[in-house]
Amino acid sequence: MELTTSLGLIVPELVLAVSGLIMLLFAAWGGNEASKPVSIACCVALGGAFALVAPSVCGGYSGPGTLAFYGQLRIDAFAGFAKLMIYASAGAALVVAPRYFDRLNAMKPEFAVLVIFSALGMSIMVSAADLISLYIGLELTSLASYVLASFLRDDDKSAEAGLKYFVLGALASGILLFGSSLIYGFTGSTSFAGISAGMAGGLSGGMLFGLIFVMAGLAFKISAVPFHMWTPDVYEGAPTPVTMFFASAPKVAAVALLARVSLEAFGSQPDAWQQIVTFAAIASIVVGALGAIGQENLKRLLAFSSINNVGFILIGLATATVAGASSMLLYLVFYVAMTVGSFVALLMLTDAEGKPLETFADIKGLSTTRPALAWCLLLIMFSLAGIPPLMGFYGKLVVFQAAVEADLIALAAIGIAASVIGAFYYLKFIKVMFFDEAVDRVQGKADKAQWALLALATLAISPFAWLLTGWLASLADGAAAALFFAA
Amino acid sequence: MIGIEHYIVVSSILFVLGVLGIFLNRKNVIVILMAIELILLSVNINLVAFSAFLGDLTGQVFAMFVLTVAAAEAAIGLAILVTYFRRRGTIAVDDINRMKG
Repeated sequence: MELTTSLGLIVPELVLAVSGLIMLLFAAWGGNEASKPVSIACCVALGGAFALVAPSVCGGYSGPGTLAFYGQLRIDAFAGFAKLMIYASAGAALVVAPRYFDRLNAMKPEFAVLVIFSALGMSIMVSAADLISLYIGLELTSLASYVLASFLRDDDKSAEAGLKYFVLGALASGILLFGSSLIYGFTGSTSFAGISAGMAGGLSGGMLFGLIFVMAGLAFKISAVPFHMWTPDVYEGAPTPVTMFFASAPKVAAVALLARVSLEAFGSQPDAWQQIVTFAAIASIVVGALGAIGQENLKRLLAFSSINNVGFILIGLATATVAGASSMLLYLVFYVAMTVGSFVALLMLTDAEGKPLETFADIKGLSTTRPALAWCLLLIMFSLAGIPPLMGFYGKLVVFQAAVEADLIALAAIGIAASVIGAFYYLKFIKVMFFDEAVDRVQGKADKAQWALLALATLAISPFAWLLTGWLASLADGAAAALFFAA
Repeated sequence: MIGIEHYIVVSSILFVLGVLGIFLNRKNVIVILMAIELILLSVNINLVAFSAFLGDLTGQVFAMFVLTVAAAEAAIGLAILVTYFRRRGTIAVDDINRMKG
């Protein structure tokens, strides 16, 4: 009985797992010619999983009925909300990848399969209600990601990015695991509910150590300062579609996981982790903003931008309130849209032979040679800088509002001050594209899929999206309420 | 009498050795892979010791999962290392420096 209900709850994951395995067979049989059909089939599988998850978000599922496999997984509206973002960004990566890899003759069907498995791991991560399922989901995601980072086997930078990502990712998993073992030992349980109950009576030294180790391991995964040093190298070295994937989907999953661990497992001791999250938030915002200044490589710059954004997301979590969790989810929605948009725009910057261009020097005067692309980038950069009326501003607004309501006024003030520093390098894009003399290096033709994705992302951050904010906010509130219902 | 503290001390020492192995090692990447294994094994000692101490099987189940994943992780790590070596002809830690900043 329990098994049937559990299987019924994880149908989206089953779709991904089964289609991933079947596609792996196709990939093995079909060789490189199978790339296209496998990519399309994987997109369809992601779309199917997306459609299957949607009802749980719209219905705001929560409560004991969402527990599967004797409390290993919790398939509630919060997990569903994160899964929708994960599947959407994984799908976006699959759509833009073939063109990028085809040029290098490096398109392999395994790419789509790895993305599917990574998305499956993230699904498990965001649904985890136990340290064991947390670890399995995290590793499934990470192992697929390491391979994706080094996917261009004939490229120095890609191989190096994969190696660095592997070593630091494995270290992060090890730290997280050591923390998990301490928490298990001192609370006597691996389930989040059991841990919360075990900590309710007070925090012993062992529990505190475990908590810090777990938070540190997760901070690695979301690339929050002081565990961010791998991010610029990996983002620069990995193939651009993979970087786009890294900056969106795993980040959503790891943030959602961090929120669930903090609020559910450590929910009875919020003071202990609030300080850590607050520190990581401030440090990420400042380091992300300062580090980006002076970067010439656009991928590296966007890596610092993602570190900076994680800081704002963590402000929402630091409040430890329902409103804070909901604001965090809203920020993530627009963060994903902006990330996908900026990386698609980056992918469209190619020279006549289709070689990718990725420095500031290449986009000088883009507004005269490629006006449509330049204007889309302008909107995305203004949005990232948090300039109203674009949606990046809305994300920051809800996060700061939640922080002020939770009496974290100092945190909100520091965040606002640091976002001014961040605006500097976003505005540099505008300056270089619109006011510098045109170099006309961007010659390559973009295909329809790229334009469609860019248009969609730009529309999602444009002022028109304000019309959707009421509906989105109610969905996010439902998801955040589900998280607290469980806690 | 050997108590739970002894196990925690041993596993903590192994864990710290593993972390130091990653950060202080300037020679080659294989040593880093060994250090990662050391970290995972220190976790397993912890899990099994706590499991026995608490009289609860969950820890041992967890240890089984960790062992399995560690094997997969080592396989992928070595595979990435092989592609890196083919490309660059070296696995010295100091040579992994194409990207800086």
